Amino acid sequence: MLRDVTIGQYYKTDSVIHRLDPRVKLFGTMIYVITLFMHRSPAMYVMSLIFLIGMIALSKVPFSYIVKGLKPIVVILIFSMAMNLIFISGNVLVAIGPIHITDAGVETAIYLGTRLVMLVLGTSLLTFTTTPNQLTDGLDKSLGFLNKVKVPVHEIAMMMSIALRFIPVLTEELDKIMKAQTARGIDFESGGLLQRIKSMVPIIVPLFLAAVRRANDLAMAMESRCYHGGEGRTKLKPLVYEKRDYAGYIFLFIFLAFMIYLGFFSPWR
Amino acid sequence: MSKGGFSEKKMAILDVKNLIHKYIAYEDSQDESQEIKEEIKAIDDISFHVEKGEFIAILGRNGSGKSSLAKHINGLLMPTEGAVYVKGMDTKDYRNLLNIRQSAGIVFQNPDNQIVGTIVEEDVAFGPENMGVPSEDIWKRITRALEGVGMSAYKEASPNHLSGGQKQRIAIAGIMAMEPECIVLDEPTAMLDPQGRRHVLTLVKELNQEKKITILMVTHHMQEVLLADRIIVMDHGKIVMDGTPKEIFSRVEELKKLGLEVPYATELAYELRKEGVPLSEDITTREELVEELCQFV
Amino acid sequence: MSIRLEHVNYIYKDNSDDVHQALKDVNLEIRPGEFIGIVGHTGSGKSTLIQHLNGLLRPSSGKVLYDEKDIFEEGYPLRQLRGKVGVCFQYPEYQLFEQNILEDVCFGPMNFGKTKEEAMTLAKGALASVGMSEDLFLKSPFELSGGQKRRVAIAGILAMEPEYFVLDEPTAGLDPIGRDQILNLLRKLHEEKNMTIILVSHSMEDVAEYVDRMIVMNHGEVLFDDDKRKVFQHEKELNEIGLSVPFYCSLMKDLNAHGFPVKTDVLTVEEAKEAIMEVIRKKRNNA
Repeated sequence: MLRDVTIGQYYKTDSVIHRLDPRVKLFGTMIYVITLFMHRSPAMYVMSLIFLIGMIALSKVPFSYIVKGLKPIVVILIFSMAMNLIFISGNVLVAIGPIHITDAGVETAIYLGTRLVMLVLGTSLLTFTTTPNQLTDGLDKSLGFLNKVKVPVHEIAMMMSIALRFIPVLTEELDKIMKAQTARGIDFESGGLLQRIKSMVPIIVPLFLAAVRRANDLAMAMESRCYHGGEGRTKLKPLVYEKRDYAGYIFLFIFLAFMIYLGFFSPWR
Repeated sequence: MSKGGFSEKKMAILDVKNLIHKYIAYEDSQDESQEIKEEIKAIDDISFHVEKGEFIAILGRNGSGKSSLAKHINGLLMPTEGAVYVKGMDTKDYRNLLNIRQSAGIVFQNPDNQIVGTIVEEDVAFGPENMGVPSEDIWKRITRALEGVGMSAYKEASPNHLSGGQKQRIAIAGIMAMEPECIVLDEPTAMLDPQGRRHVLTLVKELNQEKKITILMVTHHMQEVLLADRIIVMDHGKIVMDGTPKEIFSRVEELKKLGLEVPYATELAYELRKEGVPLSEDITTREELVEELCQFV
Repeated sequence: MSIRLEHVNYIYKDNSDDVHQALKDVNLEIRPGEFIGIVGHTGSGKSTLIQHLNGLLRPSSGKVLYDEKDIFEEGYPLRQLRGKVGVCFQYPEYQLFEQNILEDVCFGPMNFGKTKEEAMTLAKGALASVGMSEDLFLKSPFELSGGQKRRVAIAGILAMEPEYFVLDEPTAGLDPIGRDQILNLLRKLHEEKNMTIILVSHSMEDVAEYVDRMIVMNHGEVLFDDDKRKVFQHEKELNEIGLSVPFYCSLMKDLNAHGFPVKTDVLTVEEAKEAIMEVIRKKRNNA
């Protein structure tokens, strides 16, 4: 059940996208997200969608696998769509009691929904095609300038990569704890809201403790392997730009320029 | 066991001198009635030497201080009193710390909690990266280390898909890649199944015999202890026995009082001696027992 | 009265959509009062098997019957079943969560509808039977030693008063004293309260010493299911699947091979001693 969580996990295969320098992929993701929020017209949605589908196709990550990554956000998605549907005023289409569904509401809900789905799909493509270590290195190097203003870039990047490494370990742990408490007769189904929240305690407390215990162990293991922050650290796979990476940048700039044109200057804006 | 100082033994890779480690905590004594919330001596004045190439097993009940001792060797814990020297370097001097950790690596009990990388090769590289080894050399080290532990085929695998025994071998490879002279293993097989346990133990023995790496292995499994050439028995933070397996296991009664077991063959020989069968006191293996028993027919 | 598995298959898909068959046509019956050992190496299906006994996993095909009733039939009180078939998973101390151990042990009974007072009585009884002294009852589980925590977790299941008690590797990671405490507790529950015990273990020595009946799993199938002595006669087959027979059992075979005529039907150190003494006494009398 919980094994299905694929969000944030690396998918091992060989593709152009996998081989790209993580900095290019980070930049690409950034452009993609920014343009996603610039959206002003259906034409831009179509362009973003084409970009996304193109990248997924190039990455060779099975589409079904990527879609699985959406599972955890389904609730948020439905909730936020419903909110928009109900609360945005406009021309009433359907009225059920006090609830009025308006044309503007439907429109916003659809836009919001697609935007959210596209956001998650696009960003998870980054983690599917980039190992946490590459991601860390990429962030470390491309944001290195922030070090000058005392932002601990290396540490933040390391924390992120470890979090990703431990997602499957902790989901497995959660699975075990839930089974163990189910065997002790825990009741998730009955009772009011308060009762249900209370029934989560026997799950949350052990999970939290497990996370702390593992963090403690891991910190010790890292220290014992000479970890002392980013200073003087070398890399197994140092980041070096190759031709395809420059091509990637050029492609991304063209995409960005086109999106700006679509959004601000084209007749379909 | 030598009581003398460092100068006496030139090859000492590890020298523990009057080590005391105190911490403040709750602790339950064995009879479960006394609970003290005060300073506990996890390690209570212990001294010993380890020479290059030795294979030492550290034996003791849970809470006897053996794990704390292991962590001192790597500079993860600091002595409250006394000192620990690794290759002559004092662990209390923080400038030595990286050198010490490179020379004396440590492998922990839970294989899941010591793997940093999401790909085997990246994890093995973690130590050398921290040490500042140039990239090309790291690759060579990874190849050697993974070959050494017999996991070359899993170079690009995700550690999450490996068995406990395989993960533990990766953890050992991660240490091997730092090219240490000494490896401390803190109950490396406690969470493994018999097959994983066998693989890890064979590997540890191999590292000692073929690569001449000094091994300190903390355990409470009697059969594992037989691999070592020297056993240190700990109880309540003190060293209570120190000798070869044969010396240690001829003291069956004392070991039992400490809540420890003896190897199966030793146990049976001990029981038979009690019945008046004249068997040697230093039987530890099946072969020795079979050989002696066959003289009676 | 029994738990019966009929042609149980369990198939699941992993993350990369590969299909695995964790159980293959498993048929077995567990009767009240038995002391059963389940052995097999990691991935042999032991853990999957025990999760079927209290309905945590649903078979892909086949039936699980408790007292002849299909537990996956519509409307079967599955949650109540979990009170009757207590399952204690590996490293159970990691599921402790209450502020003191008494409260924690009360969790199970209260989930099965006991009042606070009834649960307290049950919890105290269970804690006493695992050898926890009363002055520890109000302690936080996190102040205890590893072996103590383990026993508290076991008490947490015991307080539910299960008819069947399933334990997955209850001695993993414990030192010899901690291990003996738990195994002796199981023996006591079996002998004094006639509780049915199902012990999953890696240790052939433990299984040889404590259980009566042995189930050997391999690649999701039941390879042997018989009296432990009969199972250990299959040394060759056990070795082939990476399992060993108890040390003393194979030692006796070695002795025979070297011309020491001792009986081989031996599992524990006492039995080995007796068998060898028998031979030696005979020799002495002849001499």
